[in-house]
Amino acid sequence: MVDCKLDFEETELRLGLPGEKSININANYGKRGYSETVDLKLNLSSKKEIGLDKSHDLNENNLDKVKICSNDSVKPPAKAQVVGWPPVRSFRKNIMAVQKSGSNSEEIAVGGSAGAAFVKVSVDGAPYLRKVDLKMYKTYNELSDALGKMFSSFTMSKCDSQGILDFMNESKLMDLLNGSDYVPTYEDKDGDWMLVGDVPWEMFVESCKRLRIMKGTEAIGLG
Amino acid sequence: MCLFQCIMNYFPEEVLEHVFDFLTSHRDRNAVSLVCKSWYNVERCSRKKVFIGNCYAVNPELVIARFPRFQSLTLKGKPHFADFNLVPHDWGGYVQPWIEALAKNGISLEELRLKRMVVSDESLELLSKSFPNFKSLTLVSCEGFSTDGLAAIASNCRYLRELDLQENEVDDRKGHWLSCFPDSCTSLVSLNFACLKGEVNAAALERLIARCRNLKSLRLNHAVPLETLQKILVQAPQLNDLGTGSFVNDPYSESYFKLKAVLQKCTSVKSLSGFLDVNPRCLPSIYPICTNLTSLNLSYAPGIQSNDLIKLIVRCKKLERLWILDTIGDKGLEVVAATCKELQELRVFPSDLHGVGNAAVTEEGLVAISAGCPKLNSILYFCQQMTNAALITVAKNCPNFIRFRLCTLNPVIPDAVTNQPLDDGFGAIVQSCKGLKRLSVSGLLTDQVFLYIGMYAEQLEMLSIAFAGDSDKGMLYVLNGCKKLKKLEIRDSPFGNMALLSDVGKYETMRSLWMSSCEVTYGACKTLAEKMPRLNVEVINENEEMEGRPKDKHRVEKMYLYRTLVGARKDAPPFVWTL
Repeated sequence: MVDCKLDFEETELRLGLPGEKSININANYGKRGYSETVDLKLNLSSKKEIGLDKSHDLNENNLDKVKICSNDSVKPPAKAQVVGWPPVRSFRKNIMAVQKSGSNSEEIAVGGSAGAAFVKVSVDGAPYLRKVDLKMYKTYNELSDALGKMFSSFTMSKCDSQGILDFMNESKLMDLLNGSDYVPTYEDKDGDWMLVGDVPWEMFVESCKRLRIMKGTEAIGLG
Repeated sequence: MCLFQCIMNYFPEEVLEHVFDFLTSHRDRNAVSLVCKSWYNVERCSRKKVFIGNCYAVNPELVIARFPRFQSLTLKGKPHFADFNLVPHDWGGYVQPWIEALAKNGISLEELRLKRMVVSDESLELLSKSFPNFKSLTLVSCEGFSTDGLAAIASNCRYLRELDLQENEVDDRKGHWLSCFPDSCTSLVSLNFACLKGEVNAAALERLIARCRNLKSLRLNHAVPLETLQKILVQAPQLNDLGTGSFVNDPYSESYFKLKAVLQKCTSVKSLSGFLDVNPRCLPSIYPICTNLTSLNLSYAPGIQSNDLIKLIVRCKKLERLWILDTIGDKGLEVVAATCKELQELRVFPSDLHGVGNAAVTEEGLVAISAGCPKLNSILYFCQQMTNAALITVAKNCPNFIRFRLCTLNPVIPDAVTNQPLDDGFGAIVQSCKGLKRLSVSGLLTDQVFLYIGMYAEQLEMLSIAFAGDSDKGMLYVLNGCKKLKKLEIRDSPFGNMALLSDVGKYETMRSLWMSSCEVTYGACKTLAEKMPRLNVEVINENEEMEGRPKDKHRVEKMYLYRTLVGARKDAPPFVWTL
């Protein structure tokens, strides 16, 4: 195995936005005359920068390139890509983006929100879970209505189902917390369980990974 | 006058024309027109179908002058890389002037096929009103129109047989375009609106299908629910080609039972696609169709896991064409190899476009396919990794490739085992596949691969290169070696002025050359344009801050050149400079 003298960081293949702490990226962009708003590119120009002299024998050249590329096992950040690669028509890309987001609630598409944000909803005591698309609603009330309809088919005491319908109603929240009625909670991106309703709706949709409608008695300590 | 001419002059023109009627390919007809003046004239007056690979190579008036009686026109607009967002919006490719000219000159157009062109509602309306015998409209990868334009086609084209919309960007105005087909319309043979996003009136659709007894091909969009599909299939069991809309239902519901029953009767369905929205548990309903399928496209259905895909494919023994996602996995491809002995074309698309990780397919799947499917001649394969050894094996197993397009998800990945460039692997492909017409290469590649391509790829017509090569030599090998090259598209490769200018005459033998993010300079482009007046050398400038033109020594980011009979186009936007 040839001991490659090239500095690891110098040859590392990275994606990144201009201005990020990456080797040579600004220099490359300067040399290539890119304007700042232009596409992200794989920093492959670095393979030219690192003095790949044609007089070197072929093996050494290959090894230099190989060194650059073997860091490929480090996955690039999810949102950075080369424009137009892999070469797939936009039509197909759009279809995949919309459908994929059905299976997880993370943002997928570059530069914007994906078509849907499905999250699991569990209600304590219900026999099975459901899924809702948070992007279908614009306010907490709308979500509350939808969930109420979704779970109203369960056999529950009248006050229980009423409790679910009311759970997003702010004025009743304190009553609910103190009683044995239901409390809406959600798991956010950091894995913490939060009380629904504190943050603006859009922020909630961005960060909510799953919903759990807890029985009020278990929710003490969240509020 | 030679003996041959004496003999040929003995045949009246009607006979010649009758003989030429058997020639349908435009290449054959082009060849025949070169024989002598008399054949040229007979051919040009009898040509019914005109194919124009680059709409800017000629103008409508020239076409009409040469072929006064044509009825079918195929036009292609933007360069291929426009599909991947490399060509700015508004670059061009407008069909309007063509439709205007044809209408003005009394051409009795029956068929129009457009690819990568800009089509406006105004164009569609003019089309629908100008040609009373208009029968067939096919739009592939086009944009610029809305469902209002489709409404005009539906309303006005009394003898419409075919409306085929493939992967277009359509502004869906949620109108009722489909309801615009009059009750008197019974002529539809093919209807494909899978790319539309909005709903259509289900009742109108059912009635339309019911009265078009000759309907053979129907592709629905995802807004058409399963219940409607079931009702349609009851009316049209004679379909050959079916694209489902939404395939989501409760497998225990009555409508699902009805669907299963009607699908069992659809014995003529040979081609199946769609599944834009699918509940995998509903898939068993299509098992009865599988035995007769020759074409299957599941590439829009990432929701179907490998197991369910395998259960389907194992029943498709007659498959000739398969388009799927890489969710099928190498194991799934082994099942394809074991089952689909008639397979000719395979496309494996990536399901994970953002590289965050699930392993897709690798070289193993490709090798399995090549070993199991002796009739394979066309492949598009997006893969996680590749090796030279695999490509060499594939080349040995399948010497009949006409199209070979390999796309590694990381564009510069080396051989996964040896870490070497993939030069030898592709070299084996071009050496073995003597009939290869189209090639896309990817992975870590040096000038060596181009040496092989120049040496062996004698029939190659289209070559796509990305992130490959070391120097001008690479491009030179290709330009010097591939005598039949028609389209060359290169991105992000270190080819520069020396390669571009070495054989300027070559470009007149080709349809077009695209080079982006390479090393050619503005000065070289100017030189080329000066030397070759019958080429349009277009430089696309996306630097909004720039004033005036670049200096000669500045690199050009995007250049597109093409041969043309009609000089610089007049519809170029301000950011496209024709030198």
